[in-house]
Formats: sequence, C-alpha cells, structure tokens
Amino acid sequence: METDINSQDRKDLDKFIKFFALKTVQVIVQARLGEKICTRSSSSPTGSDWFNLAIKDIPEVTHEAKKALAGQLPAIGRSMCVEISLKTSEGDSMELEIWCLEMNEKCDKEIKISYTVYNRLSLLLKSLLAITRVTPAYRLSRKQGHEYVILYRIYFGEVQLNGLGEGFQTVRVGTVGTPMGTITLSCAYRINLAFMSTRQFERTPPIMGIIIDHFVDRPYPSSSPMHPCNYRTTGEDTGVTYPSVEDSQEVCTTSFSTSPPSQCVFTVTKAHFQTPTPVVTDTLRVPMAGLAFSHQPAALGVGSADLAYPVVFAAGLNTTHPHQLMVPGKEGGVPLAPNQPAHGAQADQERLATYTPSDGAHCAATPSSEDTETVSNSSEGRASPHDVLETIFARKVGAFVNKPINQVTLTSLDIPFAMFAPKNLELEDADPMVNPPDSPDTESPLQGSLHSDGSSGGSSGNTHDDFVMIDFKPAFSKDDILPMDLGTFYREFQNPPQLSSLSIDIGAQSMAEDLDSLPEKLAVHEKNVREFDAFVETLQ
Amino acid sequence: MNCRSEVLEVSVEGRQVEEAMLAVLHTVLLHRSTGKFHYKKEGTYSIGTVGTQDVDCDFIDFTYVRVSSDELDRALRKVVGEFKDALRNSGGDGLGQMSLEFYQKKKSRWPFSDECIPWEVWTVKVHVVALATEQERQICREKVGEKLCEKVINIVEVMNRHEYLPKMPMQSEVDNVFDTGLRDVQPYLYKISFQITDALGTSVTTTMRRLIKDTLAL
Repeated sequence: METDINSQDRKDLDKFIKFFALKTVQVIVQARLGEKICTRSSSSPTGSDWFNLAIKDIPEVTHEAKKALAGQLPAIGRSMCVEISLKTSEGDSMELEIWCLEMNEKCDKEIKISYTVYNRLSLLLKSLLAITRVTPAYRLSRKQGHEYVILYRIYFGEVQLNGLGEGFQTVRVGTVGTPMGTITLSCAYRINLAFMSTRQFERTPPIMGIIIDHFVDRPYPSSSPMHPCNYRTTGEDTGVTYPSVEDSQEVCTTSFSTSPPSQCVFTVTKAHFQTPTPVVTDTLRVPMAGLAFSHQPAALGVGSADLAYPVVFAAGLNTTHPHQLMVPGKEGGVPLAPNQPAHGAQADQERLATYTPSDGAHCAATPSSEDTETVSNSSEGRASPHDVLETIFARKVGAFVNKPINQVTLTSLDIPFAMFAPKNLELEDADPMVNPPDSPDTESPLQGSLHSDGSSGGSSGNTHDDFVMIDFKPAFSKDDILPMDLGTFYREFQNPPQLSSLSIDIGAQSMAEDLDSLPEKLAVHEKNVREFDAFVETLQ
Repeated sequence: MNCRSEVLEVSVEGRQVEEAMLAVLHTVLLHRSTGKFHYKKEGTYSIGTVGTQDVDCDFIDFTYVRVSSDELDRALRKVVGEFKDALRNSGGDGLGQMSLEFYQKKKSRWPFSDECIPWEVWTVKVHVVALATEQERQICREKVGEKLCEKVINIVEVMNRHEYLPKMPMQSEVDNVFDTGLRDVQPYLYKISFQITDALGTSVTTTMRRLIKDTLAL
C-alpha cells in the first residue's frame, strides 16, 4: 500500500491530515463557545489559512489538541475524539456529543493528494461548520452561562460512546478518501437530554477539562475569542467545581433565595452545600430549623409574605397573627427537597426532611414542607406536633441566633417522628402565649360562632399547646348528635403513641428476623405446593 | 452530463419564508464557493480565503453559517425578497419553489450564444401556513428550526458524495465555471429562479423568472 504513494505525497498527506485534525478541533470548540463566530474573507491568499478557510486558531485549543495527538495522526483504530459535555453549576455533568475523526482501511489510490484531497478536506471543514450549528448541543451552548457551562475534552484512541445515554443519534459530516485510507468525520449526539445527576465526569477523569467561560470580558478582542479563565487540568480540581461530597443527593442547591439572615430563614446558598465546613453546618442547622418553622414575633420580615402559611386554626385567627408558620414554600423556587436523612432509618420517612451537612453531623429533624403542608392543611387542630417543634423554635429572634441550637438538639432525637415524642420542653413560662392563661376546659368549644374571638374556650389543657386556641370549629361537624364533637376528638387524639413498627430497634430487629425466617417460610410453602395448585384450580 | 437534482421541502409560516430560504441557499453556496483565484504564470493559481459567519434567525430557532461576503448576501436577499412578495401577492395556497442552479458555460460558435449547462440544481419547495395563536407560532418556530437542521444534514450528505464537479479551469476559462464578479469569494456560476404554484403544481400567471446574473446578455 505504501509503495503506491510517493514520499512527497505521503508527507503532504500527513501534513494535511494533521492540520485538518487541528482545524476540526478548532471548529468544534469554537462552535460551542456560545457566541456567534465571524471571520472575514480575504481575496488575497495569506498563505497561513489552511484549506482556504478563515478559521481562527485559539492557542489553548491547539495546545490541547496537540497534546492529545502527541505527534500521532488519526489512523485505523486510533481516532481523534472531541467530547462536548455540559456541566451545571452544582457540579453535575452530562456528555452531549462526541465528534470522531477516524480513518478506515478503504483506500483511494487514484486520488491526487495535493489537489483533490486538499479541496475535499476543505469541503469537509465547511460541512463541519454547518453541522456544528445543527446538533442539539449548539442551542444549549448558546445559552450557557451561570447555570451551566460547556466543556470539551480531546482524546485519542478508541471512541467511547457510553456516556451519551440511550438512543443517541449519529450524523456523518463527511468522508474523504486518500491513498492511506478514508478519513471519516462524524458526530454522535445525545438525544435524551433529561438530566442525570450521576457523576459521570468523575468516572473518567478527563485528560484535560477546560471550561469555556463567558462571564469574563475578552481581554484580546482581536485575537482569541475565548477567555479560558477557568483553565485547569486534572489534578487541580477544586472542591468548588467537583464537590467532594460523594452523595448525589445534594439537590437542595438548585435555587435558593438569598436574603439577609435576619429576614429570610433560608439563607443557605449553594456555597454552603458545597463546602462542608463546620461553620456551615451550624449555619445550616439553624435555618433548617427555621426552614420548617420560624416563629418570629410580629416583625416577620421573612422573605415574602407568600411564604407564610397561616396557622391552621382558622377560626378567629388573623393571618398576620404572630403564630405564623414559616414554611419554606415551594413558591419562589426555594427548594426543600429532602436531603439525605441524618439517620438511615429515617430514610423512609417521607415526612421528615433532614438536611445533611456534609460532615454528616447531627442535624435537626425537621419536617419537610410537605409535612407541614399536610399538617397544616389537613389536620386542623392537630397542633401538637407543630407545637412541639414550635415550642422549640418559637420565639426566635432570628434565624441565625445561637440560642436555638440548644433547642434544636432537643428535637434532634434519633427516632422518626421525633416531633411526636413527648419530651421536656423548655417553655418560656413567662410567655403568655405559650402558657395560656387559665383556659377553661373544653366543654363546648362549639359554642359561639366561627369567628368569635376572645373566647379561649377552645384552648386545650394540653401543655404541649402553645397556641391560644380561641375557638375551634371544624367544618361540617354537628354538635348535637354525639357528646363528643369532632374538635374534641381531634384534640384528644392529637398525640397518638408512636407506632411500634416505626421505632428503629424494633423495626430493625423485626426486619432482620423477617429476613432470616424467609428461607424457612419458603421451604414450607414449597412443600405445600400441591395444595396451592389444587386451590388455584378450584378457583378457575 | 447528467444534472444532479435535489429537492427539499419546507413548511413555514409567512414571516419565516425569507430566513428559511436564505438558510438553505447560503448553506448550499457555502459548499459551492471557493476563495478568489489568483493565477500565476505557468498555469498555477492560488486561492483566497473564505471567511464564514453565523447568522441567527429572528423568526426561527435556527442558526446557519454563510460565507462572509456581503455582496453575495445582498444578492440572495434580493431574490428571496422578491420570492416572498410573490408568494404573498399570489393569494393562492401559499405554495412556491425556488431553484438554485449551478451551471457551466460552454462557448459556442457565433452566432449561437453560449450554452448554459446545469450540473446541479437545488429546488426548495415552500408551503406557507397561516397560524392563529401565539402558542402555535412558538411551536412552529421550534419545529421549523428542527426541520431546517434536517435540511442542512441532507445538504451536507449530498455535498459529501463528491460527485461531479467542474474541472478547475485555466485562467481563460474561469468565467465559464465560476462567478468571478464578487470581490471576496468565488462561487460556482449559479442562477436562482422561483415559481409560485397552485395546489396542482402548475404555474399560474404570476410565474416569474428572474436571473441574478444575466449571462445570456450579448
């Protein structure tokens, strides 16, 4: 094969292929910078524009490409690949495209190197220019910015298409036959753009990973359009970019409203979640507590009013009553996605959202927003669980005040539904709201109208109550049939005992026992197979 | 020789006609343009450099690449504008087509005029739809963008077959193969024409044939 091509042609061909590879990388990377590319035509040949196309050379990109090639050329079995991936500000990444420059064995002996091959390579580059604007990643790259950036990686060797997800599509840009083989340029691109939070980027450490960053102004507008201010190579990854936390459940960071600490209780910003420092932990705790309940006295400049859920007790209560439950609402995009629970057994508890500071320290068991919604929306009168927590977190001056930490730890018990567990509360005795002035027993809370205020008849004798229940009239309940009315029923059964199956020890034990007994049970069942079959037949 | 013929079809809204046509025509011409030839002695020549630029469409979620030549762009916009006006004035079903024809001139002996022999013809059929709601228009934006992406891939596929291309001419013949009238790039000789058709595909009274280059002028 090699004897058919003379050495000069061979040299030319190698040179053409080498520069073609470099220009290919430039075109692809420049197409993913997120900007419109514009180069000028020049009627007089400058001699430095390969393939008669004005394609700028970004020095870093050339450098990386040369490094990847390491003096080799694409050959059979050795392809040059440019991988384009997307990386969000939280650190999740996803491969979008793989551009492959390959060589196969099909040779075209007759073709003229210096003329036809060269022109066809030029045509192929033009096709590449067109195709790079047409794949889905182009539109994504034009919109990159604060939420995500587009990265590229060049590697040489075998093509790896695993990261593209299911059903990726391939588009062939073109081929050029040469006496040494046929050069093929193609692109495999992801179709399924549903986001995956797996750390693919960390699975295969890139040879290089350069972030194409557009936040910064170009210092050299006339030359390189790209400002690689986040240029870094493997091994220099900072914690910010690749968070060291292994669990991928830190999804709370999607959107946080950052407000001054005195106002908004959820001032946790993304940074907090990414840097696991004790300071952050503390900070996390308090607002976590406050995230669920922040009981602040009237000056509740907490975020926005729409985040406040009025206290459940509808009757007679003003929504601007200080007993406002501050719940991190779903509106405003404040996430309250449950994080990894602090303790394994609580994992199933959908109603508990516990925030895991990255150091895994003990954290408050706080109800999730769903929980509070459930509680607040459905169980009118079931104030006790709230009360417990509210007692703990009530009367806080601000979200980040140190005082609540002690109170927080009160409820950071190692059991699910900690809020239901009876505990000693540090009530502020002096507070009239916590200890309502002697409330008459609940004889007829239904006397009076729905809107009667002032009558504290509904106040429960339950010391867990720190609400002043003025009146409690459950909707649609009649008071003349049974001696016990709905409201009383609710109050009496507010504090159900903890379910035995939910306690860790018992649960764990029974689970273990169950698992152990399974083989025996299976054996027994197998023995009785015939009976079962007969039974089934009787059914048919 | 046989003339290669490729047909593309698009369905667009009225205001998208121009951009869709320009996108297709520019993509084809990108592949069919070279730098300016500079002939030296001994029959060798050097080729100028072709620049490219991205063009964002206003009414379609699409970006295409064209050669950086304002003259060429102006010429295309002119004829596409006429096509759009003709479509609008036709009042018919909104069906029309544009043809981009690449040809070679063959000198004939006097008194016969030069022959124009096409070697590649691209036909773009356009169907104009009218949309009622803003939501439909938004969907149309995206859909037409995706369609145009497919068209670009089709065009590139055809280009890549490396089928017949005119031989590189000597200096004396260059005007028979290339359009040397532009300042910065040199596309193959081409002409663009369009027709407004009714649903049956026959041309109606508003058929027009416009030539960009009046190559038949003697």
